[in-house]
Amino acid sequence: MARTFTCHKIADGAATGQVLFSRDDICFYLVDPATGCVIEDHHALFGQSIAGKVLVFPNGKGSSVVQADGMYQLAKTGMAPAAMIVRNADTTLAASAIIMEFPLVDRLEEGFYETVSDGQVVRVDAGAGQVEVL
Amino acid sequence: MHLTADEQAMLDGRDGPGAQLAMRVQVAIGEAFDAPYMVPVERTHVALSNQEADLWFAEKLAAAGAVCRVRPTVNPSFNWKQFSAITDLDPADLETVKRTHDAYLKLGAIMTYNCTPYLEANVPVFGQVIAFSESSATPYVNSVYGARTNRESAQSALTAAITGVAPYYGFLLDENRRGQVLVHVDAPMATDFDYQLLGYFTPRQTGFQVPVFDGLHHPSREALMNLGAELNTGGNVAIYHIVGVTPEAPTVEAAFQGRAPEREVTITQADLDWMREELTDPYGPVDFALFGCPHLTIRQVTTVADLVRGRRLAVPLYIMTSSLTYSLAEKMGYLEDIRAAGGEIFADTCMDQPCWKFLAGKKGVTESPKCAYYTKRRNMSFVVTELERAVQAALEGEIR
Repeated sequence: MARTFTCHKIADGAATGQVLFSRDDICFYLVDPATGCVIEDHHALFGQSIAGKVLVFPNGKGSSVVQADGMYQLAKTGMAPAAMIVRNADTTLAASAIIMEFPLVDRLEEGFYETVSDGQVVRVDAGAGQVEVL
Repeated sequence: MHLTADEQAMLDGRDGPGAQLAMRVQVAIGEAFDAPYMVPVERTHVALSNQEADLWFAEKLAAAGAVCRVRPTVNPSFNWKQFSAITDLDPADLETVKRTHDAYLKLGAIMTYNCTPYLEANVPVFGQVIAFSESSATPYVNSVYGARTNRESAQSALTAAITGVAPYYGFLLDENRRGQVLVHVDAPMATDFDYQLLGYFTPRQTGFQVPVFDGLHHPSREALMNLGAELNTGGNVAIYHIVGVTPEAPTVEAAFQGRAPEREVTITQADLDWMREELTDPYGPVDFALFGCPHLTIRQVTTVADLVRGRRLAVPLYIMTSSLTYSLAEKMGYLEDIRAAGGEIFADTCMDQPCWKFLAGKKGVTESPKCAYYTKRRNMSFVVTELERAVQAALEGEIR
């Protein structure tokens, strides 16, 4: 049976994809636009592709410039994540997602992080404030 | 979110589609962070970058007729006049620089091309509400001056400059500026470089929380510049406090606004030594030296000039700085000293720009972990060490 978790919209949009959890913070500039793979040394997702995934991560990180450009490049090559779920949204991440139109939500309902695991398919609907496990 | 009549009119398109788009972004950010209303901003700084997203957004706003109500200063791009003298520039890159320049000029920006505006061109005062992007600038203005800004992206700082307002949330509020983790620094912290290591290491211990440093004494402004730049490279830190140094932390109690720290951690010399090992490429021969991320101050340029005067560098040495510091270096003879030794000073230039293509695949030495981090995309590698040791390495062509 489908389970639905409430969330809070940061950047509007709706998309479906496989969940990919990152233990580490994400700097979109250190994701290769050609492959969607994380190229940051020592990163938990090093070498893994975030393309088309519902990327779940703790925080954004990196300079005030590079998040937006990283997202822009990924959008251009079609290697962007389908949607993003973050624990702590900072202004740079939020503004970049709003301007680049990457669906982004935070404040996931209790149980999401315990129940959902890598590879499960979910639909994120930022406008409706819902994440549905399919 | 409550908007004033003026703000609502802007959102409804009274001032044209450019201002309307800017206000839409500001409102979306406000709603994302549950801001009750907007507040006027008195200063703005935009991290212009020449990157595709930067050019795309600036041109989009400029074409839609947006003009900044609060004129921002801007980050460096690259100085094409100086670079065309030393390397072959890609005409496409040159075109991007010019288009970015024109777009920002049309938006009403003040073309300072400097990433340390908080030291010379755009200096806020205590309590002032501002919108600053640039990862070394945000922690500096919040922490060292006690001005109030969120960790703006280049784009949200620009939309704040256009609308003249920012949503009231985050680090604009007293309660969110409260220290959360007390960080005991149990290390001598003798050099400005130690603050680079401390800045990069601290977020590993403090995460997303506001750190309060205890045990730091009389840091130089360069040390504070380094600390902020690396806190925001190794992590995501918009504000910190230093007990007895920064204005919101005359005492430990004041830094925590009368509450107990949520956690206490201790950072030792061993932690900093470990961080130094992590950040640097192995020692050995180097092909060049690159300094100035953030832009070197005149004091740091003096340090370099004093070390190379009358000597010959084994490998090229490049300094990035503001046009003001460049002109000071010229007037004071440092530029001539550095050039005579085989080095160069560039005004208005950032390390993360295509003008450095000629260094791709080479190994440099730098004083800045931030420089080493962001140039990975440009296939450059770095030994990271103290400015003085890095200059010595450039004189000898290797570091041991």
